[in-house]
Amino acid sequence: MPEPATGDKYFGTVDLRIPGKPEWVAVARLTIAAIANRLPFTVEEIEDLKLAIAEACTNAIQAGGGNGEPIDIRCETAADHLRIVVRDRGTKKPEPVPAGKATPVEGLGVFLIQALMDGVEHSFDAARGSELIMTKRVGS
Amino acid sequence: MDIKVNVRESSDDAYVVELGGEIDVYTSPKVKDAITELIDQGHYNLVINLEKVRYIDSTGLGVLIGGLKRVREHGGSVNLVCTNPQIKKIFDITGLVKIFGIYDDEAGAQKALA
Repeated sequence: MPEPATGDKYFGTVDLRIPGKPEWVAVARLTIAAIANRLPFTVEEIEDLKLAIAEACTNAIQAGGGNGEPIDIRCETAADHLRIVVRDRGTKKPEPVPAGKATPVEGLGVFLIQALMDGVEHSFDAARGSELIMTKRVGS
Repeated sequence: MDIKVNVRESSDDAYVVELGGEIDVYTSPKVKDAITELIDQGHYNLVINLEKVRYIDSTGLGVLIGGLKRVREHGGSVNLVCTNPQIKKIFDITGLVKIFGIYDDEAGAQKALA
């Protein structure tokens, strides 16, 4: 990632922690929309980001077995992109990413994240949980 | 966060499920309950109207896919009404445009059920 220029009005970091429960996913979605709105994203790109963060949170809730373990979300903004890191404490290893077009229900969320974001990295540690890093470039 | 579910019988022996609001991991169980209840009552030709839906995620898509699978077991069908470009885009990139009939209005969706 290129280093943001000093004083860049777009540069910033926002940390959000939500309970890992379905009723809190909307909070993550609206927060991401508000952050993305500060960058020169189009309305369509913001909708993509809202869906991607919701899918990431849904996966995190499922990984945690729905017991409400917190989900940590870090948003790093720059003039040309938004980077989102989603961490959960789930010990259930996520399903592998499906290849090609998705039609079964399983894996649909991961498929959507990959389709809508420009960069997706995922790591899993049985002791600490999962970390998903998603990047969306402006104008992509 | 809200979801509105309105079920009504149409004139063509089909049922219309009109949805409004946001369909996500929190609200999709309510949608699933409405569709399941109709199918359990023996109604296998459904039009699901998404015109007033502002947002849908994979859990919402999963509910629609589940409903379609169940009605097809009984020779039925599910047609969707949707003109929202963002939602149509999600059906497109997931390939679901190939398994659902998607129409611009209820009349077209109902006619295609017959």
